[in-house]
Amino acid sequence: MSFIVPEKDRSLTPGSGDGLESWVGSVEELRGLVSDRALTGETLLLNMGPHHPSTHGVLRLLLELDGEEVVTCLPDIGFLHTGIEKNIESKTYEKAVTLTDRMDYLSPMSNNMVFCSAVEKLVGLDVPPRAQVIRVICLELSRIASHLVWLGTHALDMGAMSVFLYCFREREKILDMFEMLSGQRMMGSYFRPGGVWRDLPADFLPTLEAFLDDFPRRVDDYEKLLTNNPLWIDRTQGIGIVEPEEALALGMTGPTLRGSGVNWDIRKAMPYSGYDQYDFDVPLGEHGDVYDRFYVRILELRESMRIIRQAMKAIPGGPFRSENRKFVPPPRAELGRSMEAVIHHFKLWTEGFSVPDEEVYVAIESPRGEIGCYLHGTGGNKPRRVRFKTPSFMHISALGKLCQGHMIADVVAIIGSVDIVLGDSDR
Amino acid sequence: MSIKIAKAADPVESLRAALPDALLDTKTFRDELTLIVKPESIISVLRHLRDTPGLLYNFLSDISPVDYYNPQGGYDGRPERFALSYHLYSMLYNRRIRVKVFLPEDDPRLPSATSVWPAANWLEREAYDMMGIVFDGHPDLRRVLMPQDWNGHPHRRDYPLGYEQPMFSFNVEEIAKHKPFAKE
Repeated sequence: MSFIVPEKDRSLTPGSGDGLESWVGSVEELRGLVSDRALTGETLLLNMGPHHPSTHGVLRLLLELDGEEVVTCLPDIGFLHTGIEKNIESKTYEKAVTLTDRMDYLSPMSNNMVFCSAVEKLVGLDVPPRAQVIRVICLELSRIASHLVWLGTHALDMGAMSVFLYCFREREKILDMFEMLSGQRMMGSYFRPGGVWRDLPADFLPTLEAFLDDFPRRVDDYEKLLTNNPLWIDRTQGIGIVEPEEALALGMTGPTLRGSGVNWDIRKAMPYSGYDQYDFDVPLGEHGDVYDRFYVRILELRESMRIIRQAMKAIPGGPFRSENRKFVPPPRAELGRSMEAVIHHFKLWTEGFSVPDEEVYVAIESPRGEIGCYLHGTGGNKPRRVRFKTPSFMHISALGKLCQGHMIADVVAIIGSVDIVLGDSDR
Repeated sequence: MSIKIAKAADPVESLRAALPDALLDTKTFRDELTLIVKPESIISVLRHLRDTPGLLYNFLSDISPVDYYNPQGGYDGRPERFALSYHLYSMLYNRRIRVKVFLPEDDPRLPSATSVWPAANWLEREAYDMMGIVFDGHPDLRRVLMPQDWNGHPHRRDYPLGYEQPMFSFNVEEIAKHKPFAKE
């Protein structure tokens, strides 16, 4: 897709006639994708993005408009394609973790988690209980952080400026905690195959406690601004409705699917990292519209807090990373005492560990939905194929269906409500 | 009102009974069941897995292509160069299954699953874009991540990592002169 100027308007294009037609494509390329009315110029083709502020990154939509009503919506992605999957094929498994951070940059921990789980499953590596609980705390904190960015930007798209500022204030506290853990605010690469990079620092839990004491009040504030706000309700209720069957057929997952009332949360259905030990509810919507998807995420903020509170009380002692020295490098202190540790250290940091020539598929519940990792080893130290099935990719593919028949202003609301991250979809 | 739910059935036996020619092999690794089926019967297999009471794999999680290319020759013990895995999930019985097809190197082609799951649309576009697998009957088989005029399919194992196609050609020599290219 390169064009937009219809054939008959070519004479209006600056520079037409002097050899530059090649970059003004023909609208003929779109035959079959847009309605025939667009080919005659009866409806308007409008390009939205990739630099439009409400497309949450670099999403481009080609809209066919009849007046202000959307007839067809063709999403176009790939502007943020960075070849992460291809790059991982040239890296050892431990090095690849840092690349996974950069996919869904609003919740890097989920990407780390799905990749590490896939590696652990493929080689049969254990994760000690302490590491599992630390992982749950981090995953839920990133769920909160990610939902906060979503809430702020979604509200901003529809004109509620102040929510954005409040949400980012709280998110910053979570990023500070991530910095405490990993040394980085966002791209921490804190999860490693077999556990986490290091143990919880001494001041982490008190900081977390203070955050949890403060945060419920903040969620109440967001709700005060939005939940019963008539302007917000007018803009969101009855917009972008997806029926449950349709949502499943379109491959929707996560809060977007649950907004339509389908009770599927991988944390409950196929618990990983000990999620079955915590008591939490899965909020469900009823109508499958923008408002229900919004409210499901608000409730998820509270459920995540519940999980973190339980996890904090239940942190067991013991190692924070597997003791299997064939896959996990020994701590620095051991190198001075043990020859074996030196050998393991050397082997793991020069060539990494070998993985069987087999395949696994692991899926976890990221803040956006099901993120899956299909990992195929070669028998050597580098993967044959890593594929990430990302929720944003599936949700963008469904956007066309969701936007049909709505106004342009509602398109903005719908994009916000499915919560896409373009780094996640383009990888 | 009580709803009768059929008991979970064994997908292998069910498939063997219904489509005896389609199933080539099965494999279980780390509790993940893989059915290897013939590419030409993939649609009837997917439909059977989706609609049969007792199976009801109603959700398409992913379509993952993989390339078994080996520069030394051969396909690392696999019958063909390309493979495509459909990862299905059954919400009712809470289990996953992988349906895998092998596709030949010279013409990797199979029927599109968009008629079974609309979700397959973009997943197949990505498999086409990145691995060059062609889906017959796909409504809109264009590239999805790479530009439309891109040459080659980047996720193939023989596609070099580190070279770059010029997207703007007016000063391509000038750029190439200053660019450090990866050396094999």
